[in-house]
Amino acid sequence: MSLKATVRQVDSVTVVDMSGRITLGEGCSQMRGLIREQIAKGNKNLLLNLGDVTYIDSSGIGELVSAFTAVSNQGGALKLLNLTKKVHDLLQITKLYTVFDVHDDEAKAVASFNRS
Amino acid sequence: MDPAASVIELTLESSLKHMEMVEEIARRVSKAAGFGSEDEFQIELAVHETVINAIAHGNQEDPSKKVWLQFRISDDRLEIHVRDQGSGFDLSKVPDPLAEANLLNISGRGMFLVQQFMDETQVVTSGGRGTEVIMIKRRKPQTQPHQGGKDREPEGHRKTS
Repeated sequence: MSLKATVRQVDSVTVVDMSGRITLGEGCSQMRGLIREQIAKGNKNLLLNLGDVTYIDSSGIGELVSAFTAVSNQGGALKLLNLTKKVHDLLQITKLYTVFDVHDDEAKAVASFNRS
Repeated sequence: MDPAASVIELTLESSLKHMEMVEEIARRVSKAAGFGSEDEFQIELAVHETVINAIAHGNQEDPSKKVWLQFRISDDRLEIHVRDQGSGFDLSKVPDPLAEANLLNISGRGMFLVQQFMDETQVVTSGGRGTEVIMIKRRKPQTQPHQGGKDREPEGHRKTS
């Protein structure tokens, strides 16, 4: 199962519900394309809901970093929602947990974009 | 090497399409060796990262090249060998992904995760025979079946992490 993503708008925030695998190859390519598409549309406040992401590898982590940098460079913000324990642990080990703004409540996550 | 070890071997073509099957096998072998779910995930990811390295970087996804994967379950450890037909790399020269300057790098975390998750990691590059990554995860005493008291060190292994 590769990556699946559904995009919805909540106030000024684009929420991307992701499920499946973010791994080298198809999963990473799909995610890269999706982020580029959102930036091209002018959607610069992105909240990635990773609650149903079953597997992420070092390339997937790299793709999250790449998305974070791309959105930040456009003056926007990329935040993460609903990390599984595995993704949470990987971000901790790689010291990226402090780089990303991570939330487990969607309403609060959306509200946080207006404050930043 | 322990002659009484249980050995599972696979030869893979240099394509990412079988990765989910490789991960499934790694999970099953880990479970058979008595590891819990957290260790299972760590072993699975370590195998995933090394096999992907072998396919994508070592063999450059060249369909004429193979990746050889071996699991050895012995009394005190699970030992995993991943060998490709590439020119190899020096583990000590991989930049530290936790360094401030590297934190937002897109790549360079694969072997770091392997070293974090496995008890020992070694890279052996030999001219003409490709590169072999050897990883060891020690079995906790309470999870080991009682098959005797073998406790040998495999030849040529050293702790690098």
